[in-house]
Amino acid sequence: MFVINCPYCGERDQQEFKAGGEAHIERPKQPTELSDDEWAEYLFMRKNIKGVQFERWNHAHGCRKWFNMVRDTSNDEIKLVYKMGEKPPLE
Amino acid sequence: MSANLRVQSSEYIDETHRVSFRFNGKKYYGFKGDTLASALLANDVHLVGRSFKYHRPRGIMTAGSEEPNAIVQVNDNTNRTEPNVRATELEIYEGLEASSQNCWPSVNFDIGGINNLISPFLPAGFYYKTFMWPASFWEKYEFFIRHSAGLGKSPTEKDPDIYDHRNIHCDVLVVGAGISGILAAKNAAKNNLKTLLIEEKNELGGATIYQNKEFNKIDNQSSSDWIKKEINKLKNINNLEVKTRTSVAAYHGYNYLLARENLTDHLEKKDKNNKIRQRLLKIRAKKVILATGALERPLVFNNNDRPGIILSTAVKKYADFFGVKCGEKNVFFTNNDSAYESALCLHNRGINVDAIIDIRNNSNSKIVKATEKAGIKIYWSHTVVDTKGYRRLNNISIMKLSNDGMTVTGNKINISCDCLGVAGGWTPAVHLFTQSGGKLKFDEENNIFLPNKYPSDQISVGSCNGSFNLKEIFKEISIKLKEFLRIEKTDFDNFDIECEEETSKRNIWLLPADKAIGKTKPFVDYQNDATAKDIKLALREGFRSIEHVKRYTTTGMGTDQGKLGNMHALGIIADTAGVKMGELGTTTFRPPYTPLTFGTIVGRNVGEYFDIFRRTAMNDWLIENKAEFENVGQWKRGWYYPGNGETMNQAVQRESKAARESAGILDASTLGKIDIQGSDASEFLNRVYTNAWSKLAIGKCRYGLMLNEDGMVYDDGVTTRLEENHYLMTTTTGGAANVLGKLEDYLQTEWPELDVYLTSVTDHYATASVCGPNSKKILKKIFPDLDFSDESFPHMSFKEAKISNIKCRVMRISFTGEHSYEINIQASFGKALWEKCIEAGKEFNITPYGTETMHLLRAEKGFIIVGQDTDGTMTPIDLQMDWIVSKKKYDFIGKRSLYRSDTMREDRKQLVGLLTDDPNIILEEGAQIVSELNQNPIQMLGHVTSSYFSPNLNKSIALAVVRGGKDMMGKKLFIPMEDKTISVTVANPVFFDEENKRLNA
Repeated sequence: MFVINCPYCGERDQQEFKAGGEAHIERPKQPTELSDDEWAEYLFMRKNIKGVQFERWNHAHGCRKWFNMVRDTSNDEIKLVYKMGEKPPLE
Repeated sequence: MSANLRVQSSEYIDETHRVSFRFNGKKYYGFKGDTLASALLANDVHLVGRSFKYHRPRGIMTAGSEEPNAIVQVNDNTNRTEPNVRATELEIYEGLEASSQNCWPSVNFDIGGINNLISPFLPAGFYYKTFMWPASFWEKYEFFIRHSAGLGKSPTEKDPDIYDHRNIHCDVLVVGAGISGILAAKNAAKNNLKTLLIEEKNELGGATIYQNKEFNKIDNQSSSDWIKKEINKLKNINNLEVKTRTSVAAYHGYNYLLARENLTDHLEKKDKNNKIRQRLLKIRAKKVILATGALERPLVFNNNDRPGIILSTAVKKYADFFGVKCGEKNVFFTNNDSAYESALCLHNRGINVDAIIDIRNNSNSKIVKATEKAGIKIYWSHTVVDTKGYRRLNNISIMKLSNDGMTVTGNKINISCDCLGVAGGWTPAVHLFTQSGGKLKFDEENNIFLPNKYPSDQISVGSCNGSFNLKEIFKEISIKLKEFLRIEKTDFDNFDIECEEETSKRNIWLLPADKAIGKTKPFVDYQNDATAKDIKLALREGFRSIEHVKRYTTTGMGTDQGKLGNMHALGIIADTAGVKMGELGTTTFRPPYTPLTFGTIVGRNVGEYFDIFRRTAMNDWLIENKAEFENVGQWKRGWYYPGNGETMNQAVQRESKAARESAGILDASTLGKIDIQGSDASEFLNRVYTNAWSKLAIGKCRYGLMLNEDGMVYDDGVTTRLEENHYLMTTTTGGAANVLGKLEDYLQTEWPELDVYLTSVTDHYATASVCGPNSKKILKKIFPDLDFSDESFPHMSFKEAKISNIKCRVMRISFTGEHSYEINIQASFGKALWEKCIEAGKEFNITPYGTETMHLLRAEKGFIIVGQDTDGTMTPIDLQMDWIVSKKKYDFIGKRSLYRSDTMREDRKQLVGLLTDDPNIILEEGAQIVSELNQNPIQMLGHVTSSYFSPNLNKSIALAVVRGGKDMMGKKLFIPMEDKTISVTVANPVFFDEENKRLNA
């Protein structure tokens, strides 16, 4: 059970949060222009990395805000949390 | 037998307080402070159970939670009986009743013991190999296997005890209150850190409180006296909470630990009632100090499992702590010095110690010299090759070990004895450390796994970290604590320490016998009867991974999780396979460390507190009027009103007819309601619903269908435009929370530029839905000032209104196809509103109806229920709802997916109506639909999603999803049931009032 540092509320228990899958997958602005394959790439394809992964999380039972998290899935270490719209760290 | 093996008084046993208890039906006496194990030993009862596979007689082997053999059924009565309780942990109380497990008819004469005689035919993997063929016999085998499998009996009645959960946050958690844990906890608390010290036993101090006084000194006092003073001082330290009888079960990431606090198991029956039995502590600690100690290892030799063969430190603890001698003729068998401390302890108390068999060539430590001086015979470089005695050890045979330790030589010497204390060295208890994600390293010199990489803010100290003697412990803790807690100094930086120090080591995982391994029984896992022979067989059969060998031989898979034998299993595998133990790794230690009761895990969440439920404002009226309820999401919804003893079918038929003939009323409060405001609210709705919203006039309502991005129907409901930038959205009852979550997700992450605010108002408004041809007349009575003409208040529109001074929102919308209104009012007035409707509707025989009738009425109209007629694989096109999908809108959630090759397939399952050829047959929901009966294999076309007998049409109707169903209108299909085949005709799903005349009736 993680302790997650919500960028809006501070440190809270994981049970207040919901995981929302891979981060930084932007919804295409013009979906109708995409081929089936391109749309399927957006719709279905997600990474499942053993190691450092960028994720979306939602403080569902708190402020209800979505935010981003950098987590190492091999040891569950949370390296960083940052707000939606903020650029992911390069390293 | 009235033997009394109580040898001396002990400060931990209250001899003035005699306690009677029953074991296997026989009455015994012990003293307050005894465990069941110590009390049985004091009564000279050694045979306490039978092993799992061979049903071999087994005795008490340890004095702690690692016990593999002495596990008993505590059987107060049928609702409190508990299996697999370790006799070595169970404190006796007046009236305790316990019995042996896994034996029939009795522990002394067990028919299953025949398995021991046929054991050559029960090798590792016996069950896998034997019961595999012929496959058709499996059901016959299963009966017998189930009959003889399992340990103990589970209770058959409801658990009468109370359990509890508690959250604890602390700066420092110290696990284990041996000397290391006490030193660590004391210094943490004294440095202003909120500290919790947890100990699984009922006494603090671990083995130090009865350590040999002569050779172990702290600050010029004996270590035992010193630690007792320290324990007394703990009470006066602020910031320190001490919990005994509390066992840490699990150590998760981020220093989250679960512990079971045992509150009443040691109390007399009369004191147990109405008290919390066990409490689950959910601990979040900033820092964790593991001081979990070490477990003594047995030795693996031929017939090493007889009652009377006990770990050497357990023999010492029974004598020192409980004042009980385990035998009259004691012998020790060892590979290190700890057996000498035990032997000397017995000797000093006047208990006979006949010999020590040591596999080492010699040892020069002080304690060994002292033992020799005491006149105890030591057989250096010898090993036990066999033991005798069926129900109790009576003899051992020893032989000289070869230099390489692989064989034995010389003559066999027989020694008569009734207790053999075995000392195979120490295994640091790293279970919790590895549970937390820690990685181990193997210490080749000492043959132990030690903590290496810490995954969180924690340290291991003391013998769980390989510091076995006092000097090492004090040195280690003093250095580590300062760094870990960032403190200047500890209380014990400059103490003089004297202690025993080991001078020679020799480790042989599997000791040789004078017979071939195939003819011996060297047990590695006592509880599951896995021998060294089984492990070697598994390796011969090609198993290499330690995890596979474990499962194939069941080594380490008992309730004790192999706390004693796992290291030997690894050692034997490494030796046999010719690999290093460090490379082999260990099996995974999984929570819980010791078994937890289900009661502890669920705590107070039982019965009506099992799950959260929600009730509407009208709930009391529904109960008074004898409504039956159904669960919809968390809601308790009125299902039907059986009134004067009607069946469900009778009630639903009556309610359905009444709603269409005159008037019905439904509690619709549970529908999800989301208040949407902001200058971009219309644009937002355009993006989330499939249809267009920009042109919806203020005061009008519209039905909307919401898709997932994959094009599948997700939710539906009516949304009302209250003002220019203010909408009220309704969702399905079960989908409310998820819809809000999904909308927030899009708003926050994809469209942050939109000025839109969402608020859940489901609980704020109660909703009464009045339908039927007389609904308008009823509403007119409630709202005499409101203009109900079709021009002013048409279908799909809304008006603000008032009852007395209470504001209402009245929507003219319909889910039944009837002329119908929904009245929303502040929830606290919900019941009053409802009663007002009932009162006003009396002259029209207004009939309250529940969800079942609602479902029937909407099915007559072919309206879908998301989640019943859809299952996450239906597009609006599949539902034949093309009309609601805007062709003009550039984009909305799920639009692109409607043009994927898969969603455009013609042969997708599509929603159709079904009429049975015999109008009285009602189809079963979920029934499969086929077109050809003589196909093999038969092709399933789809299934029935909704089915009712319609009282308004006087025939059975059904909705179904059928492959390519759109083009099947009028086609005959079949529904094969268990006892008959029902023929049906595909029909328009709108069965009733296709022209929607009744909406304006």
